[in-house]
Amino acid sequence: MAVLTFLLGYVGSRRANTTPDFLVARRAVPATRNAAAISGEYLSAASFLGVAGLVLKDGIDALWYPIGFTAGYLAMMLFVAAPLRRSGAYTLPDFAEARLGSTRLRKFCTFFVICIGVLYLVPQLQSAGLTLNTITGLPAWLGVVVVIAIVVVNVLGGGMRAITLVQAFQYWGKLFAIAAPTFVLFVLFLGGPGNGAQPVDSSGVLRFPENAKVTTVDDVRVRVEVAMELSATGMLNGSYTDGPVYWTPGLYEVGEQTELRFTEGSPVPVVEGSPTSNHDWLRPQTEGLSGLFETYSLIFATFLGTMGLPHILVRFYTNPDGRAARRTALHVLYLLGLFYLFPTVLGVISRQYLPQLLVTGKTDAAVLLLPSTMQPNLLGQVLGAIVAAGAFAAFLSTSSGLVVSVAGVVSTDILPGKVRDFRWATVVTGVVGVLLALVLPGADASLTVAMSFALAASTFCPLLLLGIWWRGLTWVGAMSGLVVGGGLVIGSQVVTVASSYTGHWASPVFSQPALVTVPVAFLTMIMISKLTARRRPEDVSRILLRLHAPDPLGFMRDRDVQRFDTEDEKSRQEDGVRRDDSPSPPLH
Amino acid sequence: MTRHSGPPGQPDQPQPGERDAWLSVSARKNRRRRVVLADPRGRGRVLRTIIELEEQTSVGEKLIRDLIRQQLRTGLLLGGGTLLFLASMPVAFYLLPGLSDVQLVGVRLPWLLLGLLPFPLCYGVGYVYRGMAERHEQDFVNSVDR
Repeated sequence: MAVLTFLLGYVGSRRANTTPDFLVARRAVPATRNAAAISGEYLSAASFLGVAGLVLKDGIDALWYPIGFTAGYLAMMLFVAAPLRRSGAYTLPDFAEARLGSTRLRKFCTFFVICIGVLYLVPQLQSAGLTLNTITGLPAWLGVVVVIAIVVVNVLGGGMRAITLVQAFQYWGKLFAIAAPTFVLFVLFLGGPGNGAQPVDSSGVLRFPENAKVTTVDDVRVRVEVAMELSATGMLNGSYTDGPVYWTPGLYEVGEQTELRFTEGSPVPVVEGSPTSNHDWLRPQTEGLSGLFETYSLIFATFLGTMGLPHILVRFYTNPDGRAARRTALHVLYLLGLFYLFPTVLGVISRQYLPQLLVTGKTDAAVLLLPSTMQPNLLGQVLGAIVAAGAFAAFLSTSSGLVVSVAGVVSTDILPGKVRDFRWATVVTGVVGVLLALVLPGADASLTVAMSFALAASTFCPLLLLGIWWRGLTWVGAMSGLVVGGGLVIGSQVVTVASSYTGHWASPVFSQPALVTVPVAFLTMIMISKLTARRRPEDVSRILLRLHAPDPLGFMRDRDVQRFDTEDEKSRQEDGVRRDDSPSPPLH
Repeated sequence: MTRHSGPPGQPDQPQPGERDAWLSVSARKNRRRRVVLADPRGRGRVLRTIIELEEQTSVGEKLIRDLIRQQLRTGLLLGGGTLLFLASMPVAFYLLPGLSDVQLVGVRLPWLLLGLLPFPLCYGVGYVYRGMAERHEQDFVNSVDR
């Protein structure tokens, strides 16, 4: 364990140290490397740990997450990548102002960028805490603080430019960290005689292979299919229990830090909402119409949400022109496709070896625990170390991108936008992220991330699509679309949280609202724009020309030239490079 | 401001040489390659058409409208097709539960359909789109070049 901790620290600090090296070593970002950087940033904890965890828990329906995460890039490439690059804007609010010429709209966009960024950052940090806790037993808050400290130091020291190259490197690191253990474990899984695999009875209920002791981390509600005996120490259904318990089929509430002791061969209780038998786990769409609704909602959120993620969009400005932006997106498609094969396999294998995670609901830890569970020897420890290093790479790269994009927006749109403001914004973003990560209840990383996808899909996706392809958009329409779409998503999330504290009465419509909110946001934008048609920007044709004219004609113009043109704003240009990952070579 | 200095008085009337000054070094490099590839004969006329486009004469506006419509149609066709294909799967699984028991090389069909197929599919569609979009843009440049 001490070795593992050291290894993690080493990997973390080595990354932080190499940052300046990368900073001076490179100047331009070719499409392939940029694509690796985007993938490195995009493959967050939700992908690295969360996908396998969801496959372990929910079975085949969880595969829609990686599909949506990938197909989102396809949508981005088809509709957004090249025109957005040609717009020459630097952040999403910047694009909105360039297209619709309203500073009020810009402020609104700023608000939502910050919302989405923080919503995305919190699960990254919480997973970092979980990872450290799983591997070393150190308290979870330490992981949160360590990751944010590394990120903030990194950003303060090197800025976005450095992070781009570190992230490109981290993509390949992550791919190795998940591919190598998957290959080894899969071979062991196929080759091993039994290999501790779970016996499954005729009705398909998972059973413990040996006596097991499970300690819950948070309050969970578990469902029991088959009557069973166990002994417990802690809170059960709201009263303290210490000794043998008999569970009939039904729902049980288990308090935090409760120890449950199962005997060999007893059935595995499963957290509420997940399939209880292997039969349901193996088959898609077994939850009837509400399951179908959730799946479609998820597809909507992830397909359309990717194009609204501020920290991903910012990356597209590192391309020289629109054509390169399109090529970058294409590279990202295969890099992501390659990566997502592995978490799926790991999730399937872990179903056989880690039934106790189904009881605690902490399935995000599956990838981390699997190597040492399957191989309790040196090989398992080495593989575990590799996976843990990859997980930390995931937290670091995604958190860096988020901190930079949020801090960039905060410093330009709220603060005056000088270098010092950017640094303060970085620190403030980091501190806010830590506080929220510690205060908010930890959910599955993938679910919280899906939430921020839904928010992005209901706010920025319509703004970008209509802004790029439709002449008729007005700033009033855009603003009301943002308010309605964003408001609905935030409201539904509030309803979900409230219902989770007061008896789980909310329907899945509220936890996966994208299928409703995205069309509503689109409709609002179109209707209000039609009503306010005289507020259309006068130069709309010229703007659209700039967005769509092929690069060789040379209509593309970067907005920093206009924004930083005046004498007293020259100083801002210097940190413009740091802040927004300017495509121009470093000015320093 | 030296590197980025465009003509301050007339930012929307780029001259061929000055247009490049707006861009970063890397972009300039790329672009220079393209300009060299372009046919030098038509340069004066290209410039005139570009100004026409910029000033949105009826010809220029028609040209760019057509390009936008063409690109959008391509995107919607490919994106919509992909979405339709993927989105038909949950309904198919829901209506035909028997599909789940079909096995292919030892793996159940839905796991192959959802775990493996979408990724090469997305890449393939993206690849086709890149080709089409770049061809449209080339056609547009050629039509300006005439």
